[in-house]
Amino acid sequence: MPANVFNNFTNYGVGIGLRAPHYHHILTRKPVVDWFEIISENFMIDGGRPLRILDQILDQYKVVQHGVSMYFGSAEKPNREHLRRLKELVQRTKTPWLSDHLCWGSVDGRYTHDLLPMPYTFEAARITAQKVREVRDFLEVPVVVENVSSYAEFHVSEMTEWEFLNEVVERADCGILLDVNNIYVSSQNHSFDPFTYVNSVPVDRVAQIHIAGHSKYRKYILDTHDHPVIDPVWKLYARAIERIGHTATLLEWDDSIPSFDEVHDEALKANRFLASACLAAAV
Amino acid sequence: MKLLSIQRQMARAVMTPLTNSERMRTVAPNGRSMRAVASQIIKPNVRLTSFERLEIYNRQYWFRVLSGFAEDFPGLRAVLGGRRFDTLAKAYLTDCPSQSFTLRNLGSRLESWLRKHPGWAGERQNLAVDMARLEWADIEAFDGEREPSLKPEELADVNPAKLRLRLQPYISLLDLRYPVDDLLLEVRKDAENLDVASNAFSERHKRNRVAVVAKLKPSPIFLAVHRLDEDVYFRRLAREEFEIMSALHAGRSLNAAIDAALRRSPLPAKERAANVENWFRTSSALGWFCRS
Repeated sequence: MPANVFNNFTNYGVGIGLRAPHYHHILTRKPVVDWFEIISENFMIDGGRPLRILDQILDQYKVVQHGVSMYFGSAEKPNREHLRRLKELVQRTKTPWLSDHLCWGSVDGRYTHDLLPMPYTFEAARITAQKVREVRDFLEVPVVVENVSSYAEFHVSEMTEWEFLNEVVERADCGILLDVNNIYVSSQNHSFDPFTYVNSVPVDRVAQIHIAGHSKYRKYILDTHDHPVIDPVWKLYARAIERIGHTATLLEWDDSIPSFDEVHDEALKANRFLASACLAAAV
Repeated sequence: MKLLSIQRQMARAVMTPLTNSERMRTVAPNGRSMRAVASQIIKPNVRLTSFERLEIYNRQYWFRVLSGFAEDFPGLRAVLGGRRFDTLAKAYLTDCPSQSFTLRNLGSRLESWLRKHPGWAGERQNLAVDMARLEWADIEAFDGEREPSLKPEELADVNPAKLRLRLQPYISLLDLRYPVDDLLLEVRKDAENLDVASNAFSERHKRNRVAVVAKLKPSPIFLAVHRLDEDVYFRRLAREEFEIMSALHAGRSLNAAIDAALRRSPLPAKERAANVENWFRTSSALGWFCRS
């Protein structure tokens, strides 16, 4: 399938998140990995070992930035210091695109350090899209927004989550980081059909896909990134790839992190679906 | 309801301290009914009430900030003990919620908060303040900015009356009442051993550490927290050396800094020149100086 306007990187293949417990393995063994995703905030610093390690990784691997605290959906203006530091990092990594979440997490200058869910209103979509545009214009790099897992819904919502996602990306003219695990988690917590969500996403805007594991509790599911990917999530991934085509894919594993090889092997399971997409495109 | 209003209400609820059993309070400290707040903004579903759904975020918030804070201040935890540390952490994070996009800055106001609220550390207030200062300096040294260092030969032929040097931004100079550097290193060694230790060993080690803390007597030290080859180190300084470095850090000329530090020094006059030369040689070799 030809690359879409937000996905000129169909050759990116399957990556994993760059995490501290794996630094030594990566730097000494130099494993073959398609690409690494870094958490931007971990490297938005002035100096020291994290930046030295990042530079060593950049020498040998493709790196894409993923943020956790831009809070596109917060009603307040973007934090200028945050933007300044982020731009410095963008210039350092030369990330081909930059992702962060379709959520909020700060208000009145106070940060929750969480990915809080949006009320799905037209006002929220307008404010969020405006912020995405401001960030993209300042950073001068394509911005893509990721759907989050959620555990609450608001009375004021005027549309479904996927309608809200579409409304934001159309208004902002930005890309999507489609997290199929998050779709699954939210579908279980809010009782909707996850395939309806995947089938509603505008395929020409998907730049990247996230896969991950989660934890099941008695009354809800938490997005913990501490387990392998479960079959229902792989099925969603397969459907997403079937619709979108070959897309840069990344496994997130952030807690109870196993060995590098175990994480990488789990991520590479995505290749069987990507191979099918290639075959389908060739036919 | 407008977006900003929803976000203010939800953030206030999410950042409200948990009960002792780590559940969401039914009544906030300001008397608001948390059930009413939750019902006003959050939909219930067939499995969870509005209150229970909001509680997931309330608990996640506190678990996240408390674990981040504990990770940054293991020395303070050793000084205060687990229970008192946890109580202090909740009080501090309630008074000083994060104002930064990064959890790295969570402890940036701890020293000033501790000084304003001495009750939380009890009899160990001075020790606690010293440890908080050291642990924050450690964070600053770990990822602070490094500027091009002046080489020793660049210092050789300059006029000391005019020369103004600056210390690297990542360096902190601390005058401490307790030798908390030793204690923090001990705590870290303890944490490393815990990874491989049996329960019996770790219990014994824990008792040893408690004994170390209990015996720690005031003994003023002067410390530079710095970085070498990206590792953070604690380097004890002589009083005069500390005063010279502090004066340089404050922007005084090299001559003025040395004069002020040595004026009241008990160092014998004949040893002063050699000492000063030695201090500068070492600091310069460590790359501490950059041009003002």
